[in-house]
Amino acid sequence: MTTFLAALGPVYPEIIVALGAMALLMYGVFRPETEANAEITGWLAILILAVAAATVALGPVSAESLFEGAFVSNAFTNFSKLLVLAGSAFALMLSFDYFRRLQSLKFEYPVLVLLASVGMMIMVSANDMISLYLGLELQSLALYVLAAIRRDNVRSSEAGLKYFVLGALSSGMLLYGASLIYGYTGSTNFSVIASVAKGKAAAEHIGLIIGLVFLLVGLAFKISAVPFHMWTPDVYEGAPTPVTALFAAAPKIAAMTLLVRTLHDAFPGLGPQWQQVITVLAIASMVLGAVSAIGQTNIKRLMAYSSIGHVGYALVGLAPNSSEGMQAVLVYLSIYLVMTIGVFACMVSMHRKEGPVEEIADLAGLSKTNLPLAFALFVLLFSLAGIPPLGGFFAKFYVFAAAIKGGLYPLAIIGVVASVIAAYYYLSIVKVMFFDDAKEKMMDVPRVPGMVVAGATVFVVFFAMFAGPVIAAAAAAAKVLKF
Amino acid sequence: MIIANSPLLSIVTFLPLLGAAFICILPKAADGNARFVALWTTLVTFIVSLLIWINFDITSSSFQFVEEQAWLGPIKYKMGVDGISMLFVILTTFLMPLCVLASWESVEDRVKEYMVAFLVLETMMIGVFCALDLILFYVFFEAGLIPMFLIIGIWGGKRRVYASFKFFLYTLLGSVLMLLAMMAMYWHAGTTDIVTLLDTKFPRDMQFWLWFAFFASFAVKMPMWPVHTWLPDAHVEAPTAGSVILAAILLKMGGYGFLRFSVPMFPLATQELAIFVFALSVIAIIYTSLVALAQEDVKKLIAYSSVAHMGYVTMGIFTVTAQGLDGAIFQMLSHGIVSAALFLCVGVVYDRMHTREIAAYGGLVHRMPIYAFCFMVFTMANVGLPGTSGFVGEFLTLLGAFKINTAVAALATTGVILSACYALWLYRRMIFGELDKPGLRGISDMSLREIAVMAPLVVLTILFGVYPAPVLDVTAMSVKKLVSNYEAAVRPTAALLAR
Repeated sequence: MTTFLAALGPVYPEIIVALGAMALLMYGVFRPETEANAEITGWLAILILAVAAATVALGPVSAESLFEGAFVSNAFTNFSKLLVLAGSAFALMLSFDYFRRLQSLKFEYPVLVLLASVGMMIMVSANDMISLYLGLELQSLALYVLAAIRRDNVRSSEAGLKYFVLGALSSGMLLYGASLIYGYTGSTNFSVIASVAKGKAAAEHIGLIIGLVFLLVGLAFKISAVPFHMWTPDVYEGAPTPVTALFAAAPKIAAMTLLVRTLHDAFPGLGPQWQQVITVLAIASMVLGAVSAIGQTNIKRLMAYSSIGHVGYALVGLAPNSSEGMQAVLVYLSIYLVMTIGVFACMVSMHRKEGPVEEIADLAGLSKTNLPLAFALFVLLFSLAGIPPLGGFFAKFYVFAAAIKGGLYPLAIIGVVASVIAAYYYLSIVKVMFFDDAKEKMMDVPRVPGMVVAGATVFVVFFAMFAGPVIAAAAAAAKVLKF
Repeated sequence: MIIANSPLLSIVTFLPLLGAAFICILPKAADGNARFVALWTTLVTFIVSLLIWINFDITSSSFQFVEEQAWLGPIKYKMGVDGISMLFVILTTFLMPLCVLASWESVEDRVKEYMVAFLVLETMMIGVFCALDLILFYVFFEAGLIPMFLIIGIWGGKRRVYASFKFFLYTLLGSVLMLLAMMAMYWHAGTTDIVTLLDTKFPRDMQFWLWFAFFASFAVKMPMWPVHTWLPDAHVEAPTAGSVILAAILLKMGGYGFLRFSVPMFPLATQELAIFVFALSVIAIIYTSLVALAQEDVKKLIAYSSVAHMGYVTMGIFTVTAQGLDGAIFQMLSHGIVSAALFLCVGVVYDRMHTREIAAYGGLVHRMPIYAFCFMVFTMANVGLPGTSGFVGEFLTLLGAFKINTAVAALATTGVILSACYALWLYRRMIFGELDKPGLRGISDMSLREIAVMAPLVVLTILFGVYPAPVLDVTAMSVKKLVSNYEAAVRPTAALLAR
C-alpha cells in the first residue's frame, strides 16, 4: 500500500484537487444555502489550490511517467501547473464580491472551478491521446457550466450554449484527428507516435499529417487562435466577469502547454510541417487580434480580442521549435497570466448602482474619481501593449528574440507591427480614463479584488528588477524538452 | 576618490524617480509641495550631474564612470558615459529645473501628476544617454513615451488627444523595428554590451538591414523629412514645458542614436547610404524652412524650424568627419538651449494671452522690453548669427559637408538664408510695429520667475557662441576615436598604408 501511494507521488496534486472538489461538494450540499457558506466554500477551494500548488512546487522535479506512459510529470509540466493553479485561485478570489453584488453567490461555483482545474492539470501532463482527451473534456464540461452559471441571465446562458456547441464541434475534430493518428501509428502514446513518425520522410506520412492538422484545429479552438476564435468574443462578453477572468487565464495556459507538449513530444519528426501551421495561426491571431479590437466598445469583448492577439504572440515562441522559444512561451504565459488577472480584477472592482461597468465609455475620467484604480489599469494596459519597462515588454521580447534566432524574420516583423496597432486600442482606454471628463463616481473597490489589482500592478511594474528568477525557472523548465 | 567610486550615473538617473515616488506619497491637496519637491529634486540632480562633468577625464576616449550589474542573464545593467553622451546628460539635468519653474503657474490642474510625469521622464531621458547595454537603452528609450504621452494628452491644447496618439504610435512603430535589429545583433555577437558591439564587425549584408532598422527609429525620433509630421502636432498641443523637453532632449535621442549605433557599428552601410541621408537632410533644411515661413502659429513655426535644424545635424553626422561630428553635437546642444528658450518665450506670452497665433501679437517691445531682448537673442541664435551658439554648430557641419560633398553643402547653406527669413519675420511681426491690438495694452513684462528661467539660457547662448571650447574639448577625444574607427572600417587598405 505504501509503495503504491509512493508511486502515485507525481499525481498527488491532481488527487488533492479532485478529492477536494468532492469534499467541497459534500460540504456545500449539506450546509444551509447562504452567501456566507458559499464564500467559505470559495476560500476552502483557494486553500486546496494552494496546497496543490505547494505539492507541485515542493514535489519531485525529476521526469517521471505513470500509468503506462499516459501521464508525465517534469519541470515543464510543473511550471505550467503552477501557473494554472494560480490562475484558478486568483479567478476565484475575484468572484466573491462580484456575485454578492448580483446576489448570485453560490457554492457550486468554486467546486466547478476545482473540477476544471483538475482537467487542466491532466491536460498539462497528458502523454497519451486518451489522457489528453479526458483532461480536455473534464476541463471543458466544467467551463461550459461556468459560462452559464447565471442561468437567469440571457447573455450568460447564451454564452454557455454557444461555448458548448462550438466546443463540442472542436472536440469532435480533435477526436477525429486522434483516431487518424492512431490508425497510422497503431498507438495513442506520444512516445510511440514520435518513434513511428521519426524514421521516414514526411511524404510517407500524409495520413499522419492530416490527423495532426485535425488535432491542431481542436487545440487551436481551445486557445482561440484565429481562425478558430469566433466563440471567444461572445463567450467573454456573456459570461460573468470573474468567469471570463478564468477563461482568459488558466485554460489558455493549460491548452497552450498541451499544444507545446503534443507537438514537441509526439511529432518531433514533423517539425517543419507543424511549424508552418503554427506560423500561420500566429500571424492571423496577432493581426486579427489587433485590428478587430479597435472598434470594440465593450471592455470584455475588447479583452477577448486582446487575448486572441496574445495567443498569437505566445505562438510566435512556439514557431521556431527551439529551446529558447519554449522558454519564451513559458515566460510569456507567466506574465500574460498576471496582466490578464490584473485587468479583470480592475473590471470586477468597477461597479455602479445600475450594475457592473462593462462599457469603455463608462470609464471616462476615472483618473479623477479613483486615481489608484485608474493608475493600476493604466499600468496593466501599457504592459499588455508591451511598452518597457513593464512586464509585458519582456514577455514579447523573449518570444520575438526566439523568432529572430530561428530566422523567422517576416513573422517577427508582422508581430511587432501588429503590436503597434494593438497599442492603439490600449491607449484608447487610457485616453478615456485620463483625458476625458469625469463621469459619476463608482462604488468603492472591494478589498479582495483591490488587493489582486495591487499585486498584479506591483508585479508588472517591478518585473524588470526581479525578472531573473522567473526567466531562470522558465529556462530550467524548457530544458526538459530536448532538441 | 569617493566620488570616482560611487555609482554616480545611477544616482543621477534614478534620483528623479525617487523624487517622483516622494511626490506620490504626499497628501492629496499638496500642489505647492509637489512643485517644490520637483524643483529641489531636479536641482540636486543637476548638481550631481555637474560632479560628473568635473570628474570627467577629457583626455580619454573610453567610457567613464562605468557600472555593471547582472540583470537578465546575458543582458547586463551597464551604464557609462563618454564625451558624446555626457553633454546630453548635463543638458537634460540643466533644462529640467527650468521646465519645473516654467510650469510653476501655468499648470494648475493635477499638479502632482504633472510633476511625477516630468520626473519619470527625466529618469528615462538620462538613462538613454547613460545606458551601455542595447536592451537597457531600448527600455529607457521607449519608456519615455509613456510620461510624454500623458503630458501631451492631459495638459495639452485642444487637439491634444490626436497629437498624443500620433506622437506615441509614430515613435513606437519606428522603434519596434530597432528592437528586432537589436535581437539580431545579440544572436550574432552573443552580447548586448554596447562597448563590445562597437568593436564587433557585422557582415556587410547584415549591416544594411540593421542600419535601416535603426534608421527607422532614429529618423522618426529626430525627426527627418518625411517622417517629421508628428512633431508639429505634438509641439503645438503640448504644454510649454512639454514642448521644451520634446525639442531640447527627445529629438536629440535620434541624433545620439546615430552617433552611438548607426555610424560606429555599421560603417559600411553608413558609407553607402550617407548620400541618401544627405538628400533627406537637404530636403529637410530647405523644405521645412519654407514651410516654417507659411506658419501662422508660433509654436508650429518653431517646430518646423527644429526639423530644419536637425537637418544640419544629420548632415553633419553622416559626413563622418571630425568637423561634421563636432558640429552636429554642438548644433544639438545649441538647439537644445535655443529651441527650449524659444518655446519658453512663447509660453510667456501664451500664459498672458492664451493664443499662439502670430497675428494676435505685435508691438510687444513697447510693453515688454526685457522680453523683447531675450526673444531677440534666441531669434539670432536660431538664425545662426556669429557670436551666438547657433553659428558654431551650423558652420562646423557645413565645413564637414564641404569636405565630402560640395553640392550638399551649397544647398544646405541656402537654409541659413531661409532661417533668417522666417525667424526675423516672426520677430518683426510679434515684437515690432504698433501696439494696436486692444488686448495687448495691459500686457506685463516678464516676472522675476520668468527672468530667472531665461537668464541662464541667454548667458549660455552667448557664452557658447564666443567660447565653444568647453563643449568641443569634451567631445574631442570621443569624436576622434569614432572617426578613426570609421576610417579603418571603410578604408582598410588606406589605413594599413598610413601605418
